[in-house]
Amino acid sequence: MTISIDQQKENNKSLQPNGWLRYFSFSLDHKVIGIQYLVCGFLFYLIGGTLASAIRIELASPMSDFLPRDVYNQFLTLHGTIMIFLWIVPVVNGAFGNYLIPFYVGARDMAFPRLNAVAFWLIPPSGLMLIASYFVEGAAQSGWTAYPPLSITTPQSGQIIWIISVLLLGGSSIFGGINFIATIIKLRRPGLKLMQLPMYCWAMLGTSLLVVLSTPVLAGTLILLSFDIVAHTGFFNPVLGGNVVVYQHLFWFYSHPAVYIMVLPAFGLVSEILPVHSRKPLFGYKTMVFSIMGIVVLGLVVWAHHMFTSGTPPWMRLFFTIATSFIAVPTGIKFFNWVATLWGGKISVNSAMLFSCGFIINFVFGGITGVALAQVPFDIHVHDTYFVVAHFHYIVYGGTVFIIFSSIYHWFPKVTGKMLGEKLGILHFAITFIGFNLCFAPQHWLGLNGMPRRVAEYDPQFEFVNQISSIGALLMAISTIPFLVNIFLSVRNGKDSGDNPWNALTPEWLTSSPPPVENWEGEAPLVEEPYGYGDPFFGENKKI
Amino acid sequence: MTTLDSSKEIQNNKSEVSENHEDFRMFGLVTFLIADGMTFAGFFAAYLTYKAVNPLPEGAIYELELPIPTLNTILLLVSSATFHKAGKALLKDKNSDSQKWLILTAFLGIIFLICQLFEYFHLPFGLTDNLFASTFYALTGFHGLHVTLGTLMILIISWQTRLNTGRITSKNMFPLEAVELYWHFVDGIWVILFIILYLL
Repeated sequence: MTISIDQQKENNKSLQPNGWLRYFSFSLDHKVIGIQYLVCGFLFYLIGGTLASAIRIELASPMSDFLPRDVYNQFLTLHGTIMIFLWIVPVVNGAFGNYLIPFYVGARDMAFPRLNAVAFWLIPPSGLMLIASYFVEGAAQSGWTAYPPLSITTPQSGQIIWIISVLLLGGSSIFGGINFIATIIKLRRPGLKLMQLPMYCWAMLGTSLLVVLSTPVLAGTLILLSFDIVAHTGFFNPVLGGNVVVYQHLFWFYSHPAVYIMVLPAFGLVSEILPVHSRKPLFGYKTMVFSIMGIVVLGLVVWAHHMFTSGTPPWMRLFFTIATSFIAVPTGIKFFNWVATLWGGKISVNSAMLFSCGFIINFVFGGITGVALAQVPFDIHVHDTYFVVAHFHYIVYGGTVFIIFSSIYHWFPKVTGKMLGEKLGILHFAITFIGFNLCFAPQHWLGLNGMPRRVAEYDPQFEFVNQISSIGALLMAISTIPFLVNIFLSVRNGKDSGDNPWNALTPEWLTSSPPPVENWEGEAPLVEEPYGYGDPFFGENKKI
Repeated sequence: MTTLDSSKEIQNNKSEVSENHEDFRMFGLVTFLIADGMTFAGFFAAYLTYKAVNPLPEGAIYELELPIPTLNTILLLVSSATFHKAGKALLKDKNSDSQKWLILTAFLGIIFLICQLFEYFHLPFGLTDNLFASTFYALTGFHGLHVTLGTLMILIISWQTRLNTGRITSKNMFPLEAVELYWHFVDGIWVILFIILYLL
C-alpha cells in the first residue's frame, strides 16, 4: 500500500501547528520566521519606546524629579540596547530579510532553515533577560557603548547580564548573516544573474558581510570586558595598567558598521518601494549596487571618527576624517538615485510612499549632520552633546524606522491578503513625521549650545527647548496608537487585496497573497527585470 | 513495509520536484570560520596594541619558555596531517582505517590540551598579574576552547564512521570534511598565535 504525495502533504500539514500557533513554534518556514522577527521586534520597540518616553518626561524639567538618577541611567542604557539589538537590527535584517530574500532569489526557503529558526529563538530569551536585569539588582548603567572604566565601576550584575544578552544577540545576528550570504550567493534560481537581483538582496548581501566581519570583534571585546568585571583582569582598566582606548577601537570596529547594518537594509527596502509606487524603473541600478559595496568597504575603515576626543593622534584623525567624508559619495549617489526614481513618475500618495518620502527627507538631514560630525574641529565642539543624539536619531529613527513602517504598509497585503487602512495610515505618518521632527530637530540647537547627552539634569536655560522636544516625543508615542488600531481593524475586516494590489513586478508578488507554504505552486518565476515599469518592452510580468 | 515504501516514494518524488543545488553547507561553514577568525583578529589586534603602547610595570614577568609551545605546534601540525589521512582512507571506503586515523588525531588534540594545562600550571604568572599575562591567558584559553570543541567533534565523527548507519561514508563525506576544515582552521590560528605570542 502506498500513500499519494497529496495525502502525505496533508499528513505533514496536520503535524505542523496551524494558524496563530505556528508563530509560537520552532517553525522552519522562512515566512513564519520573518513574521516572528517582526512581531517580536515590535513588542520590544514598544518597551524601548516606553523607556524613551520616560526619559523625555524626565528631561522636561532641568532637575531629576521624575526618575532617580541611577534609574535614568538604566533606562537610557536599556532604551539604546533594546532599540538597536532587539528592534532595528532583528527587524530590518531578520524580519524583512527572511520574508523577502527567498522570494527574490527564487528559492523555497533559506539556505539553512534550522539555523534560521535557532537565530530567531535566541532573541526573545536574551531580550527578556536584559529587561529582567532591571528588576534584579538594576540594569546596566553605562549606556549602550558600555565604555570602561564606567562599565567596570557601575553595579556588576546588570552589566554582566547586559554583556551576556548582547553576546547572544550578536550570535543570532551572525547566524542570520551566514544564512543570508549563503542564500543570496548559492540558492539563486538557475538563470537568475546577480545583476538582476532586486536591490534589497544587494543591500542584505552587503549588510551580512558587515555582520560576519565585524560582530565577532564585538563578541571578543565583550568577553574581555566581562573578564575585567568578573575576574578583575586589567584589559580596559587603567588602574591595573590596561588601556580604555583599545576597548573603544574594538567596540567601534563593530558599532560603526552596525550603523550600516541598521541602515543599509533600509536603503534596499526603499529601493523596492519607490519604483512600485512611482511606476518608474529604479534609477541607476548599477550605481546603486556599487555604492552599497562602496559603503560596505568604507564602513569598515571609519570607526575612529567616534573617538576624536579620545587622544587620537593627528594622522589618525586625518585619515578617519577623509574616509568618513568619502562615505558621503556613495550615500549621495543613492539619495540622488531615489530622487531621480521619483522624478516624473506617476506617484501614488499612500502611506507606504509617504513614509518612504519621509525617510528621504529625514535621512538627508541626518546625512548632512553626519558629514559635519566627521570634521574634527566641529566634532570636538559637539562631542557627547545632544547634537550627536539628534544626528543618529535622524539616521536610525528618521531613516530606518520610517522605512520599517513604510515596508509594513507595502508588504502587509502580501503577508495577510488584506489591505491596511489608508486613512489611519496617513494619520500615523502625519503624527510620526511631525512628532519626530519636533522631538529631534531642536536637539541640534541644544547640542550646539553645549547640553551634554546621557545626563538626567541640565542647565535651566535649556528647559523650553527640551519641553518642545518632549512634546514631540509624546506625539511619537501617540503615533503608534493609530498604527496598532489600523493593524487590528485590517486583520479583522480589512478589504481583500488580491494577489498583487500594487501591480508590482518583483518576484514576491508573482505568487498568491498570502503565499503558499513553499512559496510557489510550480517552479519559481524568472524575473529578469524587477523594475521594468513604464518600459514598453517589460510592461508584462515575465512568468515561466 | 508500508512506511518504508511510502518514505522511499517521497524521497524519489522529492528528487524530481526539488531544484538541485550544489552542496552549499561547506560555503556556510567557511563563512562561519571567517567570522570566528575575526574574533581572533580582534584579540590579536588588542594584544599587538597593548604591546606597542602599554609598557608593563617594572619587574613584571612576561618571559615564556619555548619548548612546550613548540611541541604543541608540532602536535597540531601532525594532527592536521593525520586528519587528512582519515579523509583519504574514507574516500577508499576503508572506514576502520579512517576511524583509526581520527582517533589518533583526537589523541594528539588531547595531548595538546594536556601540554597546554601543564604550561599554565608552571608559568610564573597568573591571570591577573599584569596586562601581558591576562592577554596571554585570554588568547591561549580561547584557542584551547576551540581545540576542546574540535576534539569532541572528532570523537563524535570517529564514532559515527564506525557505525555502519550511513551517517558518514565515502558518499556522505560532509561531516568529516566540515570537522577537518574546522581543525585546519584551529591549527592555522595556533600557528599565528605561536608566532605573535611566543616568537615576536
